[in-house]
Amino acid sequence: MSIRVESDMHRRRRSQNIGVAVCLVLFIGLVMVLSLVKITNTGPIEGYDHAPRPALADEASK
Amino acid sequence: MAEVSHHNSDYDPVFGDYVALLKPRVMSLVVFTAFVGLMAAPVALHPVETFSAILFIAIGAGASGSLNMWWDADIDAIMRRTKSRPIPSGRTTPDAALGLGVALSGLSVLMLGLAANWHAAGWLAFTIFFYSVVYTMWLKRATPQNIVIGGAAGAFPPLIGWVAATGSVSIEAVLMFALIFMWTPPHFWALALFMRSDYDDAKVPMLTVTHGRPKTRLHILVYAILQSALAVALAFTAVGGVIYLVVALVCNVIVLKDALRIWRRDEVVAEADDFKVERAFFKFSLLYLFVHFLAILAEALIAPYGLGGWS
Repeated sequence: MSIRVESDMHRRRRSQNIGVAVCLVLFIGLVMVLSLVKITNTGPIEGYDHAPRPALADEASK
Repeated sequence: MAEVSHHNSDYDPVFGDYVALLKPRVMSLVVFTAFVGLMAAPVALHPVETFSAILFIAIGAGASGSLNMWWDADIDAIMRRTKSRPIPSGRTTPDAALGLGVALSGLSVLMLGLAANWHAAGWLAFTIFFYSVVYTMWLKRATPQNIVIGGAAGAFPPLIGWVAATGSVSIEAVLMFALIFMWTPPHFWALALFMRSDYDDAKVPMLTVTHGRPKTRLHILVYAILQSALAVALAFTAVGGVIYLVVALVCNVIVLKDALRIWRRDEVVAEADDFKVERAFFKFSLLYLFVHFLAILAEALIAPYGLGGWS
C-alpha cells in the first residue's frame, strides 16, 4: 500500500479543518486586539517593582 | 435524553453541520436584542469590546442551542420541523453536540468576563444553565407552561448586553427582559392554534392540547395585556422617549385588538376563515418585537445629538 500525502479522510474533512483553522485565527486576532484595547484604555500604571522610583518616593513624602 | 444514534458512518461532518448545531437563526435574534441592550446602556464601551461582548453572548446562545439539540435528539427525530437537524439526520453525533455545547459554553462565559465584566458573564452562564437544564432537560417535557419558561431564556440577551456595558442590572434592563418574556408565549400559542404541531407525537405537552384551545385563546389575551403594559412602561424609562412611545402605542393597540378578537372567536369561526386573525397576530408579533427594539436603538443613536428621550 502506497503512502499518500493526502488520504481520502483529509479530503472529506477539508471543510471542517479549514473552518476550525479560520475560527482559531480569528479568535487569536480578536484576543490580541481586545488586549491592546484593554491595555491602552487602562492608562499608565506605576508601582513599586524593587527599583528606586523617585516619582513614587515624592508622592509618598507628600 | 437522546438514547438514539442516527449517525451515518459514511458521512464526515462539514463545518456547516457544526454551525447548524448552534441554531444560527436564534443567534441572529440574540445578537440584535443584546446589541440594543448594550447600545441603550448609559455607559459606552469601546467598539472592540462591544463587538466581543455581542460575539460571546451569541456564542453562549449557540452553545445552549447545541446542548438542546443533544438532549432533544430523540424528539427532534419525530417532529417534521426538526427532523433535518444535524443529529436526527445523521450528520453529526450526539456526543459532538454535547462536546461543542460544553466547550463553547465555557469559552463564551470566560471571554465575556474578560471582554466586558464578570457580572455579565455570570448572567450568561445562568442563561445557558436555564435554557439547557431548567428548560430543555427539566420542564419542556413536564409542563404545558414550557413556552413561558423557554421564553425567559430567550429574554436574557438584552439584559446581558446592558450588564456588559454598565456592570449592573437596572429597571430598563429588567423591563427589556420582561417585554420579550411576555411576548414569547402569545406568539407561539397563536402559532399553535393554526399550525398542526408534531409536539403531540413527541409527547411534549402544549397548552392547546392539555388545556384546550379556548383556554389558549384566553392565555393569549392575558399575556398580550401584560406585554402591552410592559412595552408602554418602557417608554417612560431612560431608554424610552417620544419615538419609542409612539411605536409602542401603535403596536400595542394592534396587538390588543387582535388578541381580543382571538379570545372572542371560537374554533368554528376560526376554521371558517382559515385562522385569519391568529395568522395575522402571529405575523405581526414578529414585527412587533423587532420594531420595539429598533425604536430603543433609534433613541440611543440620536441621544448624543441631544435628541430623543424625554429631555
